[in-house]
Amino acid sequence: MKDILPLPGVSPRRNYLELRQLNKTYATPKGPAVIVNDFNLDIAESEFVTLIGHSGCGKSTVLTMVAGLNEVTSGGMVLAGKEVTGAGPDRGVVFQSPSLLPWRTALENVMLGVNQVFYTAPKSERQQIAEYYLSVVGLCDAMDKRPAELSQGMRQRVGIARAFALAPKMLLLDEPFGMLDSLTRYELQAVLLNLWRHQRITTLMVTHDVDEALYLSDRIVCMTDGPEAEVGDIVTVPFQRPRDRTTVMEDPDYYRLREHLIEFLEIHAHRKKRVAFANPGSAALAAA
Amino acid sequence: MAFIKRYKLDSLLLPLIGLGAFLMLWLVIAGRIETRKAVDEFGDPVTKTVKTGISPDLPTPGETWKASKPYLVEPFAKRGELDQGILAFTKLSLILVMQGYLIALLIGTPLGFFLGLSKAFTKAMDPIIQVLRPVSPLAWFPLGLVLFSSVKLMDGGGKTVFGASDAAALFTIAICSMWPAVMNTAVGVRAVPQDYLNVAKVLKLSKAKTLFKVLLPATLPYMFTGFRLSLGIAWLVIVAVEMLTGRPGVGGFLWQEYNAGSYSRIILCILTIGVVGLVLDRLMSLVEARFKTA
Repeated sequence: MKDILPLPGVSPRRNYLELRQLNKTYATPKGPAVIVNDFNLDIAESEFVTLIGHSGCGKSTVLTMVAGLNEVTSGGMVLAGKEVTGAGPDRGVVFQSPSLLPWRTALENVMLGVNQVFYTAPKSERQQIAEYYLSVVGLCDAMDKRPAELSQGMRQRVGIARAFALAPKMLLLDEPFGMLDSLTRYELQAVLLNLWRHQRITTLMVTHDVDEALYLSDRIVCMTDGPEAEVGDIVTVPFQRPRDRTTVMEDPDYYRLREHLIEFLEIHAHRKKRVAFANPGSAALAAA
Repeated sequence: MAFIKRYKLDSLLLPLIGLGAFLMLWLVIAGRIETRKAVDEFGDPVTKTVKTGISPDLPTPGETWKASKPYLVEPFAKRGELDQGILAFTKLSLILVMQGYLIALLIGTPLGFFLGLSKAFTKAMDPIIQVLRPVSPLAWFPLGLVLFSSVKLMDGGGKTVFGASDAAALFTIAICSMWPAVMNTAVGVRAVPQDYLNVAKVLKLSKAKTLFKVLLPATLPYMFTGFRLSLGIAWLVIVAVEMLTGRPGVGGFLWQEYNAGSYSRIILCILTIGVVGLVLDRLMSLVEARFKTA
């Protein structure tokens, strides 16, 4: 397996992705509805950050804005020193539903993106790239199958392969395992972590699964409930990488962090906003 | 009953029962031919053939078979321009239908795509389409003659090979049959899942690539449903067009036989039109099923 780690001696950029004052407002008959309000976040190069919050709190809206699939009402985004406007293959997206084109085989679905990004490479090389990523996610024998012949978990594997095969600057995962049963979810989390460990692509993931967030991420950003969602708290996850599920779960910090996150989510479920977390991050530091 | 269930005979038996009932009804309406012995006003014995029935002019199944036999046993015979075997007529009609149908698809599919893609275009075009859609072929044909009055293509000998009435015939078939293709394509384009469009956006596919690699394949199942319905209408229109132009074909033959008073062959024509329509529909269903991915 080829390792694309950052070059030795070159320190990863701290503000690889900068989100500044992101706002999303929809015009409604009753006046403007603010979905996301002044969302600020910096993500370092090779960092895995998870957005967590209740359904409908606006976390997916933030992610789709970064992906360029949802227009930003006001505010700005900078990725690797360049302002982000519109969608593009420099951000690989894994959607909640696998979003594969049903008339194309798994390989052809991955090739669609590879052809787009590596259009200068000869066809055999492009095919190799697609086949490599499909085999890494465990689909050696299913490359020529169409989505209808694949299980939901296998389809999402294709989705992950498609995103990684773009060699993107960033990965955006929108509740990628939300539609899977828990066993398949565990398998796919391992597949994702394995790929990520070798490539260290900067990742922003959205989930409402606290355990998933703790197992995968370096930092967890808790969003307050919408409307007018913003960053409520940021928790740093201290577990050593490469991670293993059992070791992570045996870590004494695991349950403390888990409790902390769930408490945050519960408080915001009851709409008592910004009571317990007057200083974002302080509670997390104490916990860690 | 168990025997019938076991060999799935009901799927064979029930249609036969239906067919039998249909023939019975036909017989009742058409009545019977009776030969009666009578005495005329001069006192001479004569035999009179009388048809009794609800509609005595309607030929019985037997008469129909007898009159149709020469057209069926020699289906490709050509005894004259308007006296050919039934399949020879069918072939002529099908050629005309296919030409008009192809024109309908070539115009209707892009039109449907534009309607599906642009809300403004839909708003602009929808009233016109809704008004034009229900207009009968009988109404379109004269307009076609006016529109293409100057069309006249001649062969070397000065014989017209493609004149105004041919153009009007194609025009009528095309404009009547294109609407299902237009509407279904538009619906199909609107129904393309946002997920697929997001994929196209993220991969930054060009407009042409998005059209040919995402939109078109995703719309194909809808398009072919429209194409199937359009073909049905094109075949429906053929009779009207052939009646009005007097062209040789199943519809032209039907009209000619009506004028000649050979009502049995009208029934032959009707059955032929029905069977061909059914076959066309089934063939298109097979094509349609091939494109049903998901």
